[in-house]
Parts: sequence; structure tokens; C-alpha cells
Amino acid sequence: MSGPSTFQPQNPVLKWIERRLPIFGLVHSSFVAYPTPRNLNYWWTFGGILSFMLGVQIVTGVILAMHYTPHADLAFNSVEAIVRDVDYGWLLRYLHSNGASMFFIAVYIHMLRGLYYGSYKEPREVLWILGVIIYLLMMATGFMGYVLPWGQMSFWGATVITNLFSAIPYFGESIVTLLWGGYSVGNPTLNRFFSLHYLLPFVIAGVVVLHVWALHVAGQNNPAGVEPKTAKDTVPFTPYATIKDGFGIACFILFYCWFIFYIPNYLGDPDNYIPANPGVTPAHIVPEWYYLPFYAILRSIPNKLLGVVAMFSAILVLAFLPWLDSAKTRSMRYRPLAKQFFWIFVGVCLGLGYLGAQPPEGIYVIAGRILTACYFAYFLIVLPVLSRIEKPRPVPNSIADDVLGKKGVVASLAAIFAVAALLVWDSGSRAQAAGHSPTPPSLSWSFAGPFGKFDQAQLQRGYKVYKEVCSACHSMNLVHYRNLTDPGGPGFSVAQAAALAAEIQVKDGPNDAGDMFERPGRIADRFPSPFPNENAARTANGGAAPPDLSLMAKARGYERGFPQFIFDAFTQFQEKGPNYIHALLTGFEDTPPQGFALPEGSFYNRYFPGHAIKMPNPLSDDQITYDDGTPQKVDQYATDVAAFLMWAAEPKLEERKRIGFQVMIFMVVFAGLLYFTKRAVWADAH
Amino acid sequence: MTTSSSAGHSRRDFLFVATGAVAAVGAAAVAWPLVAQLNPDASTVAAGAPIEVDLSPIADGQDIKVFWRGKPIYIMHRTAKQIKEAQAVNVSSLPDPEPDSARVKEGHDQWLVVIGICTHLGCIPIAHEGNYDGFFCPCHGSQYDSSGRIRQGPAPLNLPIPPYAFVSDSRIKIG
Ligand code: FES
Repeated sequence: MSGPSTFQPQNPVLKWIERRLPIFGLVHSSFVAYPTPRNLNYWWTFGGILSFMLGVQIVTGVILAMHYTPHADLAFNSVEAIVRDVDYGWLLRYLHSNGASMFFIAVYIHMLRGLYYGSYKEPREVLWILGVIIYLLMMATGFMGYVLPWGQMSFWGATVITNLFSAIPYFGESIVTLLWGGYSVGNPTLNRFFSLHYLLPFVIAGVVVLHVWALHVAGQNNPAGVEPKTAKDTVPFTPYATIKDGFGIACFILFYCWFIFYIPNYLGDPDNYIPANPGVTPAHIVPEWYYLPFYAILRSIPNKLLGVVAMFSAILVLAFLPWLDSAKTRSMRYRPLAKQFFWIFVGVCLGLGYLGAQPPEGIYVIAGRILTACYFAYFLIVLPVLSRIEKPRPVPNSIADDVLGKKGVVASLAAIFAVAALLVWDSGSRAQAAGHSPTPPSLSWSFAGPFGKFDQAQLQRGYKVYKEVCSACHSMNLVHYRNLTDPGGPGFSVAQAAALAAEIQVKDGPNDAGDMFERPGRIADRFPSPFPNENAARTANGGAAPPDLSLMAKARGYERGFPQFIFDAFTQFQEKGPNYIHALLTGFEDTPPQGFALPEGSFYNRYFPGHAIKMPNPLSDDQITYDDGTPQKVDQYATDVAAFLMWAAEPKLEERKRIGFQVMIFMVVFAGLLYFTKRAVWADAH
Repeated sequence: MTTSSSAGHSRRDFLFVATGAVAAVGAAAVAWPLVAQLNPDASTVAAGAPIEVDLSPIADGQDIKVFWRGKPIYIMHRTAKQIKEAQAVNVSSLPDPEPDSARVKEGHDQWLVVIGICTHLGCIPIAHEGNYDGFFCPCHGSQYDSSGRIRQGPAPLNLPIPPYAFVSDSRIKIG
């Protein structure tokens, strides 16, 4: 993208096209012959990683849109239908939802790299500002995407974020109405967000083209921060940068796959597995982890308008960076003071991220204010002042000199993983307003860990407990009788499932005469609901409708606390839901502790948030007959039904872990090959 | 080039080819789920289970249309005249030769069960129209006889017969 190309095709067809549309020359000069500084470290591969992630998000997104229904009544179930019924739908959905997080991890590293090495300085200001625009577009896209599954966090996140605009004087309310298309967040909001969520990635792709164009005009910055002077300072983009980026992307995919296949819900919020309910706000609203620092800034300002202004300024200030930091030396490698402040700034951002996930009370508010001040001080005071008073160390004469005196890449790689891990740790810090319930004990589940599998006999027993006890009050709308025969499930035969289905009566019709009629169930039918509608369920149960159990094992969580939640990412701990269900079912106490005022019609439960639950203790010893000699104890019943509900919530768990293992092995081999290929290619350049 | 021995070269070539080959395998493996997701999903498959149809309300000379797997199925109660016409045709003169006996179940000559999708380009033919006492497709003028066989027009094949069986004299199970 810089001037006419020297590329001369030999093939007559290519020649013919090239004379009329010099596209091969463009590609050749931009991605093959393009000179790239030879001292780039692995932090520079994140540009390639980001392009890759944009591609992944667009491809998986386009496919998900083929199966998704953007309607307030259908969206939640259509997402679940993707995961449960579409071939590899679970994979596509987890690729996309975790892909958003990976995209942001990569963009934050990319931005910090620019910050550290001074990539925003003359002549790269426009390049940098285009990057800030891409980042803003990503935030908007990510936010609207998070609304689409139409869970509780989707709905309330949409409500809170759109209400930010109501802070604008005079026009605020009208703007919010325009965003909603109604008097509150509802179906029109969902439809327009879906449309925009589909559109914006292509806008991002367009700005990325400009970003790359600007990059290729100014040339890449490099760790030394000195411009290339001679041909010895650069190497051609292909094969040198291509293979290095390839290796970087392969390593990033490995990291990504860990999330997709082993901890797909680690970065998500359990509340989003509860369908949107405009009448109930979750106890603790948290945005997705990548917005947390800005959310913390918003909350630490005690004035509505100023809070919103501060939040947006925190992003917009980045666009002014080229003029706030006027130091001539680009790379902080040679700026000892700036380097220290940079790492403090990284700490401030992580700290804000942590605080954004905490409840806005007490010490968290004060800490939030201090860190907000630090955040702005870094841009508005530290960088301008430093650029005037700091005495930088001498920079190398040329890039070739820098390469000769260079340290290993090991440190860089270690730093990549350290920062990635930090980001992940940080993101896991979302707090559930846990009340003051004790932490449910962790049971050992057969389906935990990388090779976990469901215990078929246990699932069958769990189904029996559900059928004989739970189903009297709870529906399981997302589970069909046919699912009982699915691989990786309870392992009923088709005949057994058909027999179980035939026990129920299903309302069908209208028939030719226009009448509704009852027929015996078929395996294509869902588990029956005990109540005709939610109001009936509420009335019959003392005012609290028994929730649907299909996703219960993923819709409940609890705080694991620091630093346990960090280790959870490595140990693949994903069993909060079943632990909680088991604890709840065994946590009833006949007499509440001294001084606890139990409301009328409630029962005391140690693990229920607030302890007063409307559900009476449903289980007792010997209540359900087990044919296989398993002890008929409450604890056993609770364990079995919790395992059954885990299967119901995550029916493709076994397939996911099995394919995950294959993918991991493949990617390790592939990354290893790429590494050696990269070494062989670069052997010429050193 | 630091080493220029031919052994070094062939080792490098092998490495490049191996990496390229693994990358190709990976790309193919990625393409698999992206294509497989286009298949009918599990709920669509489950909804395509066999259906039972009661024939008793269909009077002589009448027909009904039922849907199975999203396809219209014509169930026609043929009159004696229609049956006779269908049987009288010289089979070898037909574009898609099939005797009437191969198109109905033995002993149930009066019941014609066909998938009502024109074998030309998929329009739905209209029953009891056209020159052959069978079906007429309004899209491009294909005509089918009272056995659902193509007699005239651009359609190449007879109307297909769905899998079905008589569970009793007046009930069939399609699928
Ligand atoms: S589709 Fe019936 S004649 Fe063309």
C-alpha cells in the first residue's frame, strides 16, 4: 500500500489482470516484500492475532446468526437450541463468546505494547487514533453482542448501559428512547442491537484496513524506537514476519482453546443463564470483564453526568496521547522513569478492573476513587511532565545495532503469558453478592477435569429423583425425552425413552375439527411443566415460582475468593453449580439459628442466599427407591440429581472435552512445528 | 545462509513441508464443523418422526394434504374410474415407466399416497386437474395421471412415493 509495486507477474493471465487491476502487486508490496524491522519481538504478533480474532468472530458470528432468533420471547431458547441441537453448535457458540474475551485480551496487550514502545508518536498519530476508533467500535460491538442471548445480565446490562445516555442534559431521555425503541428495553431494542451487532464488525474490518494502510505508510515501530535506516535494518514481511506471526497465533489459539474446551463459562456470568426478566434485577450487576476498569471509573464519581463523562474521557484521552507525551525517545526501554510509571499504570488498570467487579460499598468506593485519579494522572500529569524532565538513556544507532545487543525472547514470552494470566485472573474476580452464606463444599464429580465423563448410572438415578420429586414443581423446558438417549447422557435406549415419554399427556392440536386434544408423549416432546403458566406456579407455591431447572447447574455460582478463583482457571474448576445444588438440597435445618427471624411460609437453608427459602425440604431418606443398591440417603439423592442437572445444563460436556483433547494435542504439535520452521527461516537473518 | 550443506537443506525442506501439511490438516478439520452445522438440527430430525393418518374421513374421489418433514403428502381416495385409467395405460409408453401396482400398496388400490412436489422444480401440483384425472402443476404445466405418473410437460419423473405402511385398513403410518 505504499506506491507503485515492483511486482512483475510472469503468468500471462495474471499479467492481463495486473495491468487492469494491480491487486497482486498490492498484496505483494503489502504482505510479501513489505520491509519489517528485524528486531520486532513477540509483542508485535498481537496485530496478526487481532486480525485472526476478527476473522474468527465474523465467521462464527455469521454462522450463529443462521440459527439465532432475535426476538425477546425466543432469543434465549434459540441460543440454547444452538448449543443443544445444532451440529457443533456448542463449539461455535463457545468459540464466539470466548472469542470476544480473547479479542479484548489481545487488544489490551496490543494497546499496552503501543503505549510502552511509544508507537503513537510522530509519524504514527493517525495510525494510533484509528486504533482508538477500532477499540471504541469493539466495545460497542461486544456490548450489543452480550445483549443477544437475552439472559438476565444481557437485559440488565442493556438497561444500565443505555441509561448512561440519559445523563446527557436536555436530550438524554430522548436519546435513550431512540436506543430502546420503546418505553423500556424490549423486543425492538433486541432487534436493533442484533442488526448493529451484525453490522459493526464489518465497520471494524473497514477501519482495520485504514489502520493497516496507515501502518504501511509510516512503517512499523520497533522495540528500539529508532527508524530503519538501511536495508540491513529490515527483513521482508514474508516469510519472516508471516512465520513469526503464525507461531504467535498458534500459541494464542492454544490459550483460547483452553477456555473453549475446558472452562467455557469461566469468563461468563451465571446470571446470564437465567432468561431475561424485566421484573427482577440481579443482586449484583457486572458488565463483561473487559469493561470493568471503565465501569469502576463510572461508579467512583458520585454524580451521574460527571461519572459518564469520566468514563468516556478515560477512553478518549487515549486519542490525545501523541500530544500529551511529547518525549522524543519513543521506546520506554530507554526511559527509566517512564518505564516504572508504565508498570504502575498497568497495575492501576488491573486494580480498577478488580474494583469494577466488587460491590460499590465501603473501601471499594474509596479505592476506586484513588485509582481513577491515578488513571487520569498518568495521562494528564505524569506523561506530560516526564516528557519534559526525564533524561533518557542513549538509544542504539540503528536497528541492526539493537539486534546485536539483544536479549533472549524468553523474557518476552514469559511476559506475554504473565500479562495474559493477569488479565484472566483479573477477569475472574467478578463478585457475586454472596450474602453471608457459607461456601458450598466441593464434591468430587466424575465429570470434572479434562477427561471428565458423566456416570450413566448416576444420571439415571438423578433423573429418577427429578421425576419423582423435583418435577412436581419444577419444569425443565429445554430438555426433551429424546435427549435421554443422546450420547454422553444417561444412556437410556430409544425404547426406554419412548416409554417414559408415553407416560405423559401432551396437549396438541388443533385437529381437523379445530379442537385441542391430548395425546401420549413422544420422544420429541419436552419434559412437561407442572404448571400451565408462571402465575399459576407462583400462586401454588406461596408467591415464589419454582425456577426452570434446565440450566440451573450453570445459572448458580458463588464466590471462590482470591486467590482460589485464579487457580480455578488452571484446574478447570467448573462445578460451582452442582456443588451449590447439592449443598442447597442438604442444607435445610428444622430450627433456624437463634435470632434469625424466619418469614412466614419460608424454610431455613444454610446455603440459600438470605437463608429463607420458599421451597420446603424436598428430600428424605428412603423416599426414592434405587434399584441398583445405591444407598437411599438424602446426600446420595442430592448428589445424583445435581449430576443430572449438570448434564441437563451442559449436555455436550463429554463431546466438548473429548474434542478438546484432540485439538490441544494437534495445536501443541502444530505450534512446535511452527516454532522450528520459524527458527529455520530466521536462521538466515541473524 | 549460515549452513549450506545439502543435509541441512533437505532437513529444512522436510520441516517446511511437514508444517504446511499439518496446517492443511488443521484447516480441513476446522472446515468440518463449519459445514456440519448446516445439517438439520436435532429438533428438526426429531420432529421428522413418522406420523399416523386416519383415512376414514376421506370419501371416494376426495383427497387430503398432510405434512411430513415439511413436505406436502397427497393422500387421494381414488374412484373406480381413476383406478381403471391408471391400470389401463401402456406402461412402456410412459416417460418414467412404472405400473400402477408399483405405486400403491397391494389390496389398497383405492389409496394413492404421493409426495406432492413436482419433480420439475419443486412447485406443488394441484389435485384433480389436468388432462389425466390426476395432478396439474401450474408452474410450467406438468401433468400427472391418477397414479401420480408424469404424462406431459417438463417434469422428468413420477411423483415420489413416501415410505408408508398400512397399520390397519383405514390408518397409515408415514415415515
Ligand atoms: S415445477 Fe412443476 S412444472 Fe415446473
